[in-house]
Parts: sequence; C-alpha cells; structure tokens
Amino acid sequence: MKGFVALYLALDASTSTLAKVAALKRYLAATPPRDAAWAVYLLAGGTPRRAVPTGELRALACEAAGLPEWLFEAGYAATGDLAEAIAYVLPDPEDKLDEPLSEWMENRILPLRALDAAARREAVLAAWRGLSADERFMFVKLVGGGFRVGVSKLLVQRALAEWSGADAAGIAQRMMGYTQIDTPPTAERFQALLTEDAGGSRGGQPYPFFLAHALPGEPSALGNRSDWLAEWKYDGIRAQVVKRDGQVWIWSRGEELVTERFPEVVLEASTWPDGTVVDGELLAWRHGESEPAPFALLQKRIGRTKLSKAILAEAPVRLLAYDLLESEGVDRRQEPMHLRRARLEQLGIATSPLVDAQDWPGLATAREASRERRVEGLMLKHRESAYGVGRVVGSWWKWKVAPLSVDAVLIYAQAGHGRRANLYTDYSFAVWSRAPRDAAEAEAALDATGGDLALVPFAKAYSGLTDEEIKRVDREVRRTTVEKFGPVRRVRPTMVFELGFEGIQASTRHKSGIAVRFPRMLRIRDDKPLHEADTLDTLRELMEIGPQGQADAGEDLADD
Amino acid sequence: MPDLVTRRPQGLYCEPGDFYIDPWLPVARAVITHAHADHCRPGHGTYLAQRDALGLMRARLGDDAPLEGLGYGEARRIGDVTLSLHPAGHVLGSAQLRIEHRGEVWVVAGDYFVSGAGDCNTTCAPFEPVRCDVFVTESTFGLPIYRWAPQTEVLAEMRAWWMDCAAQGKQALLMGYSLGKAQRLVAGLATADAPGPVLVHAAVARLNAAYREAGIALPHVETVTPETNFKALRGALVIAPPAVQDSRWAKAMGAHSDAFASGWMRLRGARRRRSVDRGFVFSDHADWPGLLSAIRATGAQRVIVTHGDEGALVRYLTELGLQAEAFATEYGDETHGVEAAE
Repeated sequence: MKGFVALYLALDASTSTLAKVAALKRYLAATPPRDAAWAVYLLAGGTPRRAVPTGELRALACEAAGLPEWLFEAGYAATGDLAEAIAYVLPDPEDKLDEPLSEWMENRILPLRALDAAARREAVLAAWRGLSADERFMFVKLVGGGFRVGVSKLLVQRALAEWSGADAAGIAQRMMGYTQIDTPPTAERFQALLTEDAGGSRGGQPYPFFLAHALPGEPSALGNRSDWLAEWKYDGIRAQVVKRDGQVWIWSRGEELVTERFPEVVLEASTWPDGTVVDGELLAWRHGESEPAPFALLQKRIGRTKLSKAILAEAPVRLLAYDLLESEGVDRRQEPMHLRRARLEQLGIATSPLVDAQDWPGLATAREASRERRVEGLMLKHRESAYGVGRVVGSWWKWKVAPLSVDAVLIYAQAGHGRRANLYTDYSFAVWSRAPRDAAEAEAALDATGGDLALVPFAKAYSGLTDEEIKRVDREVRRTTVEKFGPVRRVRPTMVFELGFEGIQASTRHKSGIAVRFPRMLRIRDDKPLHEADTLDTLRELMEIGPQGQADAGEDLADD
Repeated sequence: MPDLVTRRPQGLYCEPGDFYIDPWLPVARAVITHAHADHCRPGHGTYLAQRDALGLMRARLGDDAPLEGLGYGEARRIGDVTLSLHPAGHVLGSAQLRIEHRGEVWVVAGDYFVSGAGDCNTTCAPFEPVRCDVFVTESTFGLPIYRWAPQTEVLAEMRAWWMDCAAQGKQALLMGYSLGKAQRLVAGLATADAPGPVLVHAAVARLNAAYREAGIALPHVETVTPETNFKALRGALVIAPPAVQDSRWAKAMGAHSDAFASGWMRLRGARRRRSVDRGFVFSDHADWPGLLSAIRATGAQRVIVTHGDEGALVRYLTELGLQAEAFATEYGDETHGVEAAE
C-alpha cells in the first residue's frame, strides 16, 4: 500500500495535470498488474462499499488514542476529514505492515464487512498498529467508504495510454463499467483495459458518455443558428441503453448497471434491432401527459429498493433519446450529429424534439418557457459534431435558464471539508418572516425572541463563492460569532447573499415549510442592508411560478 | 488572595508589580515574553525582556526604544513581586515569566516549544519547566490532532525534497517565518554536508545577524540580492518568509519548487489552500503532547489558557481534575490555519 499512498499524496498535493500524469506513469511502471488494477479502480472512481460504519471507526479511534469522544470530535472538526483526524490522533505505530495494495484490499479491507463487530475491531486496531499516519489515513478512507482523489477519469486514461502505448479512446471505451461496485478488479481485467478488442462479443459494454459545458456567454457567439441543433435539456437521469445479442443493459452516468430498475425501458428497448446503443434521459412521465412529472417523482421511485406495482403505476419511466452511438453493430460516434439523429428517428425511438426557432433571439424566447415544460433549458449541439469522450469544449453546450433567486441572510456557518477544512464555507440562510419596516426594526428583531418578525432558516449552501470571497466571509463569520455548537457557529447576521436554486416546493420537513433544490450562492449583496433581504412571501410567490422541484436530489443517479 | 495576573483591555496585567505582559495597547511598563510582532508591540513606556531578545526587539522597535534586559534565572524585584525569566524554547530570548508574590508563584509561559526525543535545536535555549501554583499557557495547537514528529526527522524530509528538486534541475524555495523558524531551518539544513548552497531572503539575513550578535553560531549563508545569479547556482535552497510566495522575488529564482514549514501544514486542507508543492509539519510551538507534558511538569493546580484552541484544552484539563479557565487575548489569530503568525 506504500506505493499507492505515495501516489495519492503526490496527486493530492499537485495542481499540475502534467505532474499528475507523470506521477501516475511512474506508479504504473513500478507496480505489478494485480495492484495497478486496484489503483486504477480506485482512482477512476471505484468506491468499495463501506466496510466499517464511521461511528465504529470514531469509537475505535477514541479507544486507541485514549481520548474522550468530545475531544476527538473537536479534532475532527478542525481537520474537516475523519480519516485525517483518526490518522493524526493515533499513537505511533508499533510494528510495520508492508503489504501490496491488492492484498490490503482483498485480504484485509473487503472481508471486514462480513466480520462481527468484535473481529472487525481487532482487525482495524491491528491495521492501525502497523501503519504510518499517511497509510492509516488511506486505510480509513478505504474502509469508511469515503475515498476520493483529485484526478479525473480522463487523466487516468491518459496516463494509462501514455504508459502502455494503447489508444486513449479505446481505453476509455473498455474502462466503462470497470469501476462498478462489487466487481473487484483483477490483473486480467486490468490487462484487458490495455488490449485492443479482438472483435468478439462485447456484451453490454457501453460507450463513455459525452458531456457538455455550460455556455459561458450568449449563443450568438457560436455563429450561425443553422449550424446548431437545439433540444430541451430534460431533468431526469442520463442513461445509456445497450441492446445486443437479444439482451438489454441500462447504464447510468455513474457507470452503474441499473437495468433491473427500469423494466418498462427494458421492454421498449428489447424491440430494437440488435447492435443498437442509445444515449438519452430516463424520465418519470405519466401516460397522456404533455410533459414529464417533476424530478421528485422519479426520485421517489429511485429511492425504492423494491419496485411494487403501485410505484410502477405512480411513476412510470420512459426513455427520451438524445443520440445514437451504435446501430447495426457499428460504432456511429464519429458520424455527424444530424446524421445520428436521422438514424435515431428512422429506428422509431422516441427522441428529444428539436426546438426549431429560426434565429438566436427566437431561441432565447423559446427557452423562456423552460420552467413550464419542466426542463432545465436547452442543449446546443453542432450539426457536424461527433460524439466525443468526457467533457470537451466546443461542440456541445448546456444553455440552462437562469435559476430562481432570492436575497437571504447568513445566520449559521460551518467549516468545510478537504481543501476548505478550517474555513467557514458552509452556510445556512434565512429570510424574514415578514418585511421589516426599517433597519431599526430588523436590528431589534435580531435581539428579541418570540416576536412576529424573525429570520426563518430555509436553505444551506456551500458553493458559488470564489476563494477570495470565502476568505472574506470566513473573517466576517469569526468576527460576528455569537455562539459555537461544535463545528457550527451562530453569527449576528450582517451579510446578505443572492441565493440561486433550480426548484422550490412545499416541505413538511423544513421549518420554513419550503424546500429548494440545488441552492448556491450567486453573489454577496454588499449593496443590500439586512432589512431589505427577502421574505417568506417572496419564496411562496416563486413556488407558484416554477414547476415543483425537490430538494436534495438523489446523487448516485443524478444526471449531469 | 486576588489573582496575581488579570486580563485588562490593554493586556495581561500584574497588579502588585504594576506591569503588563505582552500588552496589545500602549502601557507604561511592559514585560515581553518574546520578540514576535503580536507579543512585542510598539508604543510602551519601558520594555523588560530576556537579554538575548533585545537585538531582535530593537530591529522591530528602533534603536532608541527604552529596552532593558534580564538574564535567564536572574531575579528582579518589581513593586511587590519578584520576577524571573526562564527559557521557553520558542525563539531566541523567548521567556516564561515567573512571578512570585507572598509565597504564591505564577508562571506566564508566552509561546513555547517542548523538544521531543531526538530534537536538537541550537538556535535558542530549550524549554525548562518551572514549578508554580498557577500556569498561564498558550494553546496554538491545543488539539490532539497536532502531534509533531521529531524535528530531525522533518529536516531529513526537507533535505530529501531539496535533493529531489536539484535532481529535477529546480531550485528549492522553503518558506517559514523570518524570526525563529527561519533560523531553525538555517541551522538544520545549512550543515557541513549540505547537498547544495543555502541562501536566505534579506529579511531572514537581518534576523540571522541579530542571532549571531547574541552568540548563536548560525552557519554562514549567502543573502539573495538583485544581483544573485540563480542560473549559475545549481540545486540551491532558498529560505524566505511566506510573503514571497508567487512574488516577482520568487520568480527571479527561475524554475523552482516551493514548500512551507509550519505546524499548520499538519492539515491537508491548509496545505492545499496554501498551494505549495510541499508542506512540512515544522513548528516552534508545543504540540498537544508537549502542552500536556509542560502543564504536568509545572505541578500547577490551576491553569489559564490563552490564544489558540482554549476551549478544548480547558475542558480537557478540567476533566483531568485541574482548575482550568481561559483568558481571551489578542495574540496570533485563533485556529486560522496558515494565515496565523506562528
């Protein structure tokens, strides 16, 4: 595991792509395939199931370090990372366990799940006694189910290609599904990544997804409207459906096989000719409706482990196709977009309709209707574009509608994690219960309790600010702290933020009675005094305009 | 008996001696624990400090500042108390204040560093525990996640990084605070068998000079000037204050790798925010075991905790059966990662 830990630290410390690729290549050159197989699995996004509950890890760390629980928690709050906190509080190692990564994974880490609590305790303590601080950090990440690293899958593929001499696109293609949970990598599977296909059966092997960037400015900068195809950007689950050898496979964007969860789509795709692969969106869509159901309904269905008749009837799912990657068993990805679309329509597969406004202003007008259609905006794809790999700039763009927004007051802050540890980066926001008459009334309400004027918390957000802005807010949080509860600080409110979100709906779980979807900070409103922040009524009005979204979208199956 | 040291708006105050300790607002009589800016501020009527600190303080306060020196262990009667200074192991001339009044002894430790096994710091006198009734301690790294490896080990890691830089044809830029940290680095890395030349920033050179004047045998190192020809220097190590990161001054070095030496580098988040190539966990403050062993060694039954993570240390000491409380001070910046002066 030493080599992998050193690689992780090198990747974690560097911000240079070149340096990361170089570190990966050095590691691959020095590592037997059996261990490289695991390294690639973990770096490309594979996450072993949590082998030890985090509560148990915390308790064991307190025991091994001889610390009261509250003191351990204080250290955890300062690091913002459980694995780091555990690695640092434990006493120095007593002996040395120096085993390769594959043995760690297969003999020590994966079997933990099957052990009873007493045996698990012994195994974890033995591992800690034999590992250095950095190795313990890695061990906790791997058993706690929280392993993440700052490299993209594309970068791993590039390093594999440069190191092995195999073509990167081919590696990307063969790597689809490599990181599936519960299919541990082996030396054979690793070697297969690097070996060109001999033309045999490909089974359910999907293609890498092609992703779009957000359009940075106005679409007129893209040139002629007629060179671009515009289609609605649906708010469901992006998926790839493979039909080969009389069988159907459905893959999520996270490269998980989700075939069993969508029997209606399997039924539909089983009528397609063999050798057909379609990229599209899975949507909950009731029969006879002109637009899809809110994402919340799809989410409800995803949340069910068993698909009862009732849920199938309540939330029927259908596929709306965006693209055709393979037909008649031939890879069509390099053909122009307009031709792939034409083939798709010929096959009679329900396809996301084109928006046919003649010019950019016309398209902008059409886009205004996105919320009523329950779509997120438009996708712009160049007529001649190929279906690429990963997120490439230039030929596909997301052109989403502006988010809903309100001006809200920061009332609580919590330190972030990882790079943002020890900085107050996660905030809770509130709006007024009613509009304050003036600044004086607002100030008085901050000191009083029980009056009719109060700040009502309704959302948490942690993204959208620049590093400089975060530092500024962090200073302000420290300056205005009124109370600390563990890692959370209550502040005397001084700052107003414009908060954006995608959807809003009534909620019984929230004190405000309202839940917003994907809240984030759009900007700091230095120009807004506290008493001019928005009110609960502002939120209720927004609820009447937009389609209903649902807070806290299911992350595993979330689309792009 | 009333408390010997209390907190006033100007700083910590000893009433029977009528002096302030490291005050943050101007006062008539100040006793200074060490020369770092947040403890030794301008504008006081008179300053009393450990003799070796005077050169450093003069560099900060000017030649005509009213400074007076006292040797370690030397007793001085001030008002109704007897004051003596004892090594704190933090930087040159850093002192714990022992204050005795009618048989009661208080020790105000200021910032301190407790050497671990295998540590060898030649740049200042090592921390000496002083028995007392009440101990006033810092808590910059007052959480159990802060446990330092012996500094000799960290110096070896730094040396390996430096050699690695040299092998890649890069200069090595190692940043650390110019007073105290930089001298530890110079002493630890500019050794007779160093793998390449060591240079220092002019700010470090000035303080090195003050160390030498006080009798510390720092190895000789060149100072970086506008004329320094980095092209002709291969595999150099440059020791400089943190402010040079990404500056034109640093760019003049040509291709280089940068690193930061600080206790805050323990945290991965702080390391990544700092965005240096390497973060070395190298402090001149006590780590958690150091704080606890220092407190234990004083035999004090009452402990007052200042700047840092007071809350956690106070609660922990209370659970150990000591009488513990906190003083809010304006030294450093509480638990604020790498922004804090260390």
